[in-house]
Amino acid sequence: MNKAESFSAQTLYYLLRNRLAVIGGTLVALVFILSIFAPLFAPYNPSMIDIKSILVGPSSSHWLGTDDLGRDVLSRMLWGGRISLEVGFVAVGIATLIGIILGSLAGFYGGWIDSLIMRAVDIMLSIPTIFLILAVIAILEPNIINIMIIIGLTSWMEPARLIRAEFITLKEREFVIAAHAIGATDRRIIMKHILPNGLSPILVSATMGIGGAILIESGLSFLGLGVQPPTPSWGSLLSAGKDNIEIAWWLSAFPGLAILITVLGYNLLGEGIRDALDPRQRE
Amino acid sequence: MLTYTLKRLLLMIPILIGITVLSFGIMRLAPGGPAEAQMEFSAKASAEARERLRKLYGADQPFYKQYATWLHKFVTLDFGTAFADGRKVKDKILERLPITLAINLLSLGLVLLIAIPIGILSATRQYSLLDRFTTFFVFIGFSTPSFWLALLLIYLFGVQWGILPISGIQSLETTGLTVWGRLSDWGHHLILPVFVSAFGGLAGFSRYVRNNMLEVMRQDYIRTARAKGLPESVVIFKHALRNALMPVITILGLSLPGIIGGSVIMEQVFGIPGMGQLMFQSVMSRDYNLVMGILVPAAFLTMLGNFLADIGYAFADPRVRLK
Repeated sequence: MNKAESFSAQTLYYLLRNRLAVIGGTLVALVFILSIFAPLFAPYNPSMIDIKSILVGPSSSHWLGTDDLGRDVLSRMLWGGRISLEVGFVAVGIATLIGIILGSLAGFYGGWIDSLIMRAVDIMLSIPTIFLILAVIAILEPNIINIMIIIGLTSWMEPARLIRAEFITLKEREFVIAAHAIGATDRRIIMKHILPNGLSPILVSATMGIGGAILIESGLSFLGLGVQPPTPSWGSLLSAGKDNIEIAWWLSAFPGLAILITVLGYNLLGEGIRDALDPRQRE
Repeated sequence: MLTYTLKRLLLMIPILIGITVLSFGIMRLAPGGPAEAQMEFSAKASAEARERLRKLYGADQPFYKQYATWLHKFVTLDFGTAFADGRKVKDKILERLPITLAINLLSLGLVLLIAIPIGILSATRQYSLLDRFTTFFVFIGFSTPSFWLALLLIYLFGVQWGILPISGIQSLETTGLTVWGRLSDWGHHLILPVFVSAFGGLAGFSRYVRNNMLEVMRQDYIRTARAKGLPESVVIFKHALRNALMPVITILGLSLPGIIGGSVIMEQVFGIPGMGQLMFQSVMSRDYNLVMGILVPAAFLTMLGNFLADIGYAFADPRVRLK
């Protein structure tokens, strides 16, 4: 490892050496490809109802069986993956964006802005997240956009804290003082100088956040408060599985396995990134 | 110590205000409002009747006045009545709270009981087979959707092998049973929910204990203790453990929201009549009084718990008080 390589290159090198991270990355890529190309891979139309094949177990024509309306489970799972990934990415995107804005303001300016924002964090952390999400869904109707926004609005606290911590450390560094000395505006300092250097913990938080968002989304769909039928979601598949648990084990087993594998992938990857970024690991 | 406590207490006030404003604001966002929600049940209500009802609920007042009235009632523990059956919200909550608390506290106890020893063992035998196995287990635990695990276990233990009941907290025929019999029945019903609830927490917590122990064991005072010739068990239990466990208090504080609100999905899956199920039902029926009556006390209790955790931490680690 040439010490003169860039930070990103070094990080990538350590990442690729970490076996668990590579496994995680592979899982993530696998789910990504399967979901994006769902229209290509799915053997059936996920919404196609076939009354003659209700609750059929895994067979050669339906590899993962059918659900209570005769729809092919495999196809529904592939399309459901799209929903999960969509919600995961957008929700985390929203949360990270809010977190970056609030965190950088709090960390950079300190004082009352910092107190105000930290109070807001405390308030949000005091309310049990599920209750808050449920309460808001009660007001708005459950559809995919609302879910993305809600999960985003309840997950910004961690990125905010991380960015704030980075800013507090970084704003005393010479390059910031220098930028300030030559008359750079606050905005420029924040966005062009400090932020690019402080983003690494966010990468970890975002990656693992995607896994978390997927879990929340499937939980909501399981309760019937997520994406509405006929849109397939892993959570709603599991809900049907619960209703038919005595006669159709496949409806419960496979969608849950999909969630497990996907979230596992993101968690392993995220942990791997964290280890790769950890200065103590570098020789 | 006293100043620290007072400072934390004072900080709680703005948070409380924020929680109440946020919750009240959410309730106000509701299309229609309490008057309309009640009206849905009687289509024949005339415009005058609606107006009268709105006046009754004070829905025609400006925001801050409504907030003040609501806050005043809230502080006196008058949460209003539920729309569904007209019973007082407070009664419904008190009825369900013990069950949820029981499940979550038992689950937390299980987590502490198992995760701490595992964490310690993993740290002291880093990179061993045990450590690798538990690391693997931890990641699976993080990533498993709890309701899926519940379904799997229900299928195995309830459907296939039939040794554990799959829903509710007591069987249908409990009249003839003794106290012991009833307790045993209750216990049977609780095994699966408690275990599934504990599963996710186990993973994270044992990892946290492990990481803290590793951190502590790299410290100089541990090396000194060993150099003094102390037996390893004394080194670990008397010196390392005490320091590693302090963040545990923080974790306990952070898991307080979970004690009240963590079991929503579990209660749905297992059909347990607890707070989570109540919250879910009130959400589905747009019963705003009930929703708010659960949300705000839950937030308040959480905040209280965090406060106690902070105080406990300051008590254990004097350095915190000097900040």
